[in-house]
Amino acid sequence: MLLNQFLILGALLFSLGIYGLLVRRNAVMVLLSIELMLNAVNVNLVAFEAFLQNANVGGQIFAIFVITVAAAEVGVGLAIILMIFRNRTSANIDELDLMKW
Amino acid sequence: MIKLTNFAIAATETGRAAQYGEGNPFLEWAWLIVIVPFLAFLAIVFFGKRLPRRGGEIAVGAMAFVAVYAAVLFIMNVTGGVEFVGDPVEVGKIGTFAIEWGWVVDGLSSMMYLVVGLLAFLIFTYALGYMEGDVRVTWFFAAFTLFAGSMLLLVSAPNLIQLIVGWEGVGLSSYLLIGHYWEDKENSSAGMKAFYVNKVADIGLIIGAFVLAIPVGSFRISDILTAVVDNPEAIETVAMVGAVLLFIGAMGKSAQFPFHVWLPDAMAGPTPVSALMHAATMVTAGVYLVARMFPLYAEMAADARGLVITIGAITLIIAGLLAVVQDDIKKVLAYSTVSQLGYMVAALGAGAYTAGLFHLWTHAFFKGLLFLGAGSVIHSVHSNNMSDMGGLRKPMPVTFSTFVAGTLALAGIFPLAGFFSKDEVLAAFNHEGYTAVLVIGIIGAFITAFYMARTVFLTFYGTYKGHGHPHESPKVMTVPMMILAGLAVVGGWVNIPGLYTGFTEWVGTRAHPIAEHHAESFDWPVLAIGLTAALLGIVAGYLLYFKDKQTQLERDTFRIPLLWPLLEHKYYLDDLYLGGIVNPIKGPIARFVNWTNSYIFDGIVNGAGFLARAVAGVVYGVFDQRGIDLALNGLAFTTDGAGGKTRLLQTGKVQQYAGATVIGAALLVIGFVIFR
Repeated sequence: MLLNQFLILGALLFSLGIYGLLVRRNAVMVLLSIELMLNAVNVNLVAFEAFLQNANVGGQIFAIFVITVAAAEVGVGLAIILMIFRNRTSANIDELDLMKW
Repeated sequence: MIKLTNFAIAATETGRAAQYGEGNPFLEWAWLIVIVPFLAFLAIVFFGKRLPRRGGEIAVGAMAFVAVYAAVLFIMNVTGGVEFVGDPVEVGKIGTFAIEWGWVVDGLSSMMYLVVGLLAFLIFTYALGYMEGDVRVTWFFAAFTLFAGSMLLLVSAPNLIQLIVGWEGVGLSSYLLIGHYWEDKENSSAGMKAFYVNKVADIGLIIGAFVLAIPVGSFRISDILTAVVDNPEAIETVAMVGAVLLFIGAMGKSAQFPFHVWLPDAMAGPTPVSALMHAATMVTAGVYLVARMFPLYAEMAADARGLVITIGAITLIIAGLLAVVQDDIKKVLAYSTVSQLGYMVAALGAGAYTAGLFHLWTHAFFKGLLFLGAGSVIHSVHSNNMSDMGGLRKPMPVTFSTFVAGTLALAGIFPLAGFFSKDEVLAAFNHEGYTAVLVIGIIGAFITAFYMARTVFLTFYGTYKGHGHPHESPKVMTVPMMILAGLAVVGGWVNIPGLYTGFTEWVGTRAHPIAEHHAESFDWPVLAIGLTAALLGIVAGYLLYFKDKQTQLERDTFRIPLLWPLLEHKYYLDDLYLGGIVNPIKGPIARFVNWTNSYIFDGIVNGAGFLARAVAGVVYGVFDQRGIDLALNGLAFTTDGAGGKTRLLQTGKVQQYAGATVIGAALLVIGFVIFR
């Protein structure tokens, strides 16, 4: 079983996600980057499940949980972004610094 | 169970075995006599104010119970003889010494129960009228009941501890009653004087009780007397010392020279208090103590008896002389009481047990009567001074006639009560060979008659000098006086030598019988001289205060030559006590206290204050201002500065936070990798 390929894929996806999270200006793109990171983790979970062949590890179940939570999170996140866009006609995350000191 | 064998044997020796003793229900329940007044006291304190008579009815009711019960006991004693000691209740223990409560009913105590109960009942009834509308009536009756109860507790005592408790109870309640009108400084200091003088004497009683009890191993009077009688040589010294110490206590309560000074001042209390205190309770306590411990004096302590008779003789003559110069009618009677107590004490000292108690018995009736009469007069003219009275014979006929009956009884005129008792006392002096004391007693009889005649003439004859309109007192006051007048007349007929000697038998029935001489008939020469002295006294009073118009107009200008300055200043005894004892103690103590106060205590306090201030200054300047304030301000400043700087981190830019999170996570991962 080739574990390394899956781990490299996961790492790449995770790094792309971090990159997107830190540099994208559009809030929607930031959310998408978070989804990318979550799925990178899912790849790792499933890969280790298959690699260890152990019923107790439960990687696939955890992946399902992560997908579920991610779906809910995106729903909430998009709703917030929609409201912000309606108020400010912009989804630029740099302008959203109302919570500063 | 108390061992009665000794008593039983001893009792048969005198020929009068007690018919009533253990197991008789009346005797078993005799403790009610003591308890009822105390319950009444509590009832008056708690509920008295709500009653129509403001507590007086409870007091009178309790005393009626005591009087009736005491009369039953007395009649039992008269008909068959009573001797009951009963099982004492153990209240506590000090080491091996049991503290017990019990009650004695024998000839001596049943006589005292009757005197206390009857006099208290009559005087309480009188007080209902006398004290009506007075301030603090409820409290007066409460303290009055406590007074009678304490006296009964004392009389019923089978052991010295209970006796001391009753003794102090009497002292306490007398203090409360003498200072009843405490709004006047004089009255409250009179109460304090009585308390202090008694307290000095009480030291003798308490030490004496311990001196006697410790070698015997018990506070029971019967044990002590048994030890003294059965075992004379072994504890001779103890008995001697104990007898003298107990007598010092008795001198205080019975107002013997030189402790008599409290009694005249005690007249500051309401008149019923004086009547009860002087007739039945308090002053008779000392005589009762000597009588109760009589075997101790009779058998053991011959020297103590010498002291007793000397003190008694001195007291009877000096107090009698003082009574002559008083203007306050109550003080005349007060000094008269002191003088008569001198007779009783001297009689007991001479070994004449019955004579001393017989005089106590008759004296209770006529002195109670005289005080009630004086109270009636005072109630009417609103003054204690005889210079405000005069001519009261007409407006106050009942008071006048009863007062005269009391006067004649006190003066010892045949056939009134005082005649028999005084004659018996004088005969005892003669029989025991105390000729000097006999002479003093006869002179005392003259003086007694003289000052009483003076009192009657100044109060009831001549012209009225006071203000207001004197009137006869209400029935509630005059009826007790009439009853007492009857007793003052017939009270002496219970002990006529050669004819009927009931009283001798009554008081002879007791646990430790008394060996004494009983006259078969009158001592005729002594009787004649004594009666003549009394008649001469009345005649002298008549000549000086009634016949002599000049005196009558000028009021009381008669001055006894030589003695006058001495008498006017009460032998300088008060001055001596004040100047010789109180002030030297008080002065230096006061000065010393003042000096220590201003130099030592003030120094300490001021020094402490100064030191505290200095310390506080240092604390303030150094610790507070520079230390704590600096620290707190510095902390606040630092916090403020740090907050000012660090808040800039919170930029509100989500991606900066995310970046920091990523860097942190990366650092953690690197850390785990390196340090795992």
